[in-house]
Amino acid sequence: MTTGNGVAVRAERVSRHYEMGAALIRAVDDVTLEIRAGEFVALLGSSGSGKSTLLNLMAGLDRPTGGAIFANGRNLSELSSFELARYRSRTVGMVFQSFNLLPRMTLEENVELPLRLAEVDRGERAPRVQEALERVRLEKRLSHRPSELSGGEQQRAALARALVNRPTLLFADEPTGNLDSATGESIMLLLKEIQQKLGMTIVMVTHERPLAERFANRIAALADGKLLTDGVKS
Amino acid sequence: MKAGDLGELALRNLREAVLRNSLTTLGVAVGVASLVAMLSLGVGLQELASKRLSNSGLFDTVMVMPRRNMQTMRRPAATAVPVKEAPALDDDARKTMERLPNVVEVYPQIRFPTEVRYNGNPYSTIVAGVPDSARGNGAYDGIQGSFFSGPNADEAILQIEFAKDLSEQTAGLIGKELVVRYAERQALPPQGGTGDGSGNDMSGAGGGFSIVPREKKLRIVGIIETEPAAGFGGFGSGRLLIPLEVASTLRAAQVNDLRDAVRATNGKPAYASLTVRATSPSQVEPIETAIKNMGFGTFSLLDATRNLRLFFTIFDLLLAIFGSLALAVATLGIINTLVMAILERRREIGILKALGAADRDVKQLFFVEAGVMGLFGGVLGVGFGWFIGRALTWGTNIYLHRQNLPSAHVFSVPWWLVLSAIAFAVIVSLAAGLYPATRAARLNPVEALRYE
Repeated sequence: MTTGNGVAVRAERVSRHYEMGAALIRAVDDVTLEIRAGEFVALLGSSGSGKSTLLNLMAGLDRPTGGAIFANGRNLSELSSFELARYRSRTVGMVFQSFNLLPRMTLEENVELPLRLAEVDRGERAPRVQEALERVRLEKRLSHRPSELSGGEQQRAALARALVNRPTLLFADEPTGNLDSATGESIMLLLKEIQQKLGMTIVMVTHERPLAERFANRIAALADGKLLTDGVKS
Repeated sequence: MKAGDLGELALRNLREAVLRNSLTTLGVAVGVASLVAMLSLGVGLQELASKRLSNSGLFDTVMVMPRRNMQTMRRPAATAVPVKEAPALDDDARKTMERLPNVVEVYPQIRFPTEVRYNGNPYSTIVAGVPDSARGNGAYDGIQGSFFSGPNADEAILQIEFAKDLSEQTAGLIGKELVVRYAERQALPPQGGTGDGSGNDMSGAGGGFSIVPREKKLRIVGIIETEPAAGFGGFGSGRLLIPLEVASTLRAAQVNDLRDAVRATNGKPAYASLTVRATSPSQVEPIETAIKNMGFGTFSLLDATRNLRLFFTIFDLLLAIFGSLALAVATLGIINTLVMAILERRREIGILKALGAADRDVKQLFFVEAGVMGLFGGVLGVGFGWFIGRALTWGTNIYLHRQNLPSAHVFSVPWWLVLSAIAFAVIVSLAAGLYPATRAARLNPVEALRYE
C-alpha cells in the first residue's frame, strides 16, 4: 500500500526534539524523505545521527514533535494511539539489532505473536507461521526457544515474525549489528531476497557504509539529526 | 487481542513467575478467607439466633385484644370525649383475621388456674392451651417424652419445675395420669330472654355465668425443660400444657371473665384475646396494620425483630470490615507484584507494542493477570474460610458439650457468600491492577525497547 504516486512513506520536514533539563536535543531535525514502494533504502549514519529515531517515527513507534509522516495516505502524527497500533500491526514489520524475541516462548509462539495481536483466526495462524519460517529456512526449529538458537538464527526468526503479518513495509534497525560478518551477510542476503521476491519496501538503519552500498538501492545519510545526502546508488 | 489469546498470554506470564504470583495469590486467599470466616460467623450466629427466636413463636405472632382493653390501661383524658364503640372480638372478627393474607392460624388464648391432683396430693398451677401447630415449634425440641398425640387427646405436658413438684423422678411421670380440677363457666340465660342458653359461649357475655367445679383426667406424655414462650401472654406462663381444643371444650373460667361479665356487650360471645400467627416474622407488620384497621388493639415483638436485624447488620458490617483488612493488605501485594512485573517486562511490553499491541491490549493483559490472581485467590480463600469455619464450629461444640449445652451451628457459608467473596476478590484484584495496568499501557515503546 502506498501514499500515492508509488510512495510508501513520506517524511515531511519531520523533527523529533527531546528536552533534557534545560537542553534541547534535536534527534531528528527538519528531515524530508520520500521512500517509494519496493525500494530498499539504507539510513546511514554514525551513532547519535538520528537514523534510528527517524526509523521509529516512520514505523509508528514514536510521534514527531514537528512535521508530518505520511503512510497509507494518512498522517501518522494525527492517528490515535489505537490507529497507530493497527498501522504497526498490519502495515509494518520490524527487525531489531538485538532480535527482541521473547525468551520464554518457542520460535513458533514468537512468530505467532503478531498474528494474535492482529486478531487473525486460529485456523489461519499455523500455515502462516509455517510459511514465514520456511521463508527464513527455520521451519525445523518450531519448538525451540530463542536461547537454543544461534544469533543468526534468532535474527532469521525475528525476520519471520516481522513477515508473518504480510506487511508492506519492513523496518530493520541495525539487523546485523549483533552478528559476525558472515552471519550478517547471510541476513542481508535474506532481506534482499525477500525484497525482490515479495516486492516489499525495506528501510534499514546501519552505520556500515559497505553494507548499505552493497545491498540498498538508495542511501540516505544522516548526521546530527539532519539529512546530509539522499541518493540512488550509482 | 481476542479474549482467548489474552487469557493464554496472561496464564503464561503468571506461570513464568510462579513463586511470586503464587505467594500473591495466597495473600489474596488469606484475605478472602479472613473475610469469609468473619462473615460466615456473623451469618451463622444470625441464623442461629433467628432460628431460635423464630421457633419460639415470639416473632411471628400478633396478640389481638379488643380496643377497650387497651383504653382501660390508659389514664382517662381530662376532657371526656365520647368514644366510638369498639368492634367485638368475636367469631366474625376471628374469621376475618383468618382470611388476611399470610395468616397461618388464629386461635384464642386459654389459660386458667387449676388444682392438680396427683398421688392424692393437691398442686395449684396454671393450665395453658397449646395449639397443634406448636408441634413443630423449636421450644419442644428437647422434650422428654412426646408432644400430644392429637389435637383432641386428653394429654398433658408438664413444665420441668412443676414436674419436680409432683415427683423427684420426673422421668417416671410420663405415662402416668393426673386429675385437673377447674371451674367450669356455665352461661346463665340472659335477662330479657336473649342468648341461646347453651352455655357454649366463650366469655359468658350477655347474661352472666355461673361457676361449676369439674374434673378432667389427663395422661402425662411429655416434660419440657424450658418454658415455651410462644404466644406471649398466652400459654407462655402455663406450667401444665394441654391441647388447645381440649382446653376450649373445658369451658374453664378465665381470669378476665369477671371483668367481661360486668361489661355491657352486644350479646354475642367474644374472646378476651386472640393470637394471630403469620407465615414469617416479615409478615407481622402488614397483618398488624390490617388488624388495627379493623379496630382492634394489637401487640407484637416487631420492634424487637427490627432491633435484632439492625444489630446483626451492624455486627456483620463490623466483621466484614475486620475481614477486609487482610484483603486490603493482599491488594497491596497484587499492586506490588504487578508493578514489579512491569519493571521486569518493560522490554517485553515494548516488543508487544512494536509488533502491534495497542495500549488497550497491554492494559487488558495486566488486568487479566490481576483478575486471574483474584479468581484463584478467591476460590482458595473461600475454601480456607470454610475450613476455618468448620474448625470454629468443631471447637465451639466441644466447649458447649463440656458445658452440657446442645451443639450449635455457629458458622454458615451460604452460596451467596461464596459467590460474593469470589466476585469481591476478583473486583478488588482488578482494582489493584488498575494502576499497574495503566502504567504498563502508557509505556513509550521506544523507551521500553531500549530498557535492559
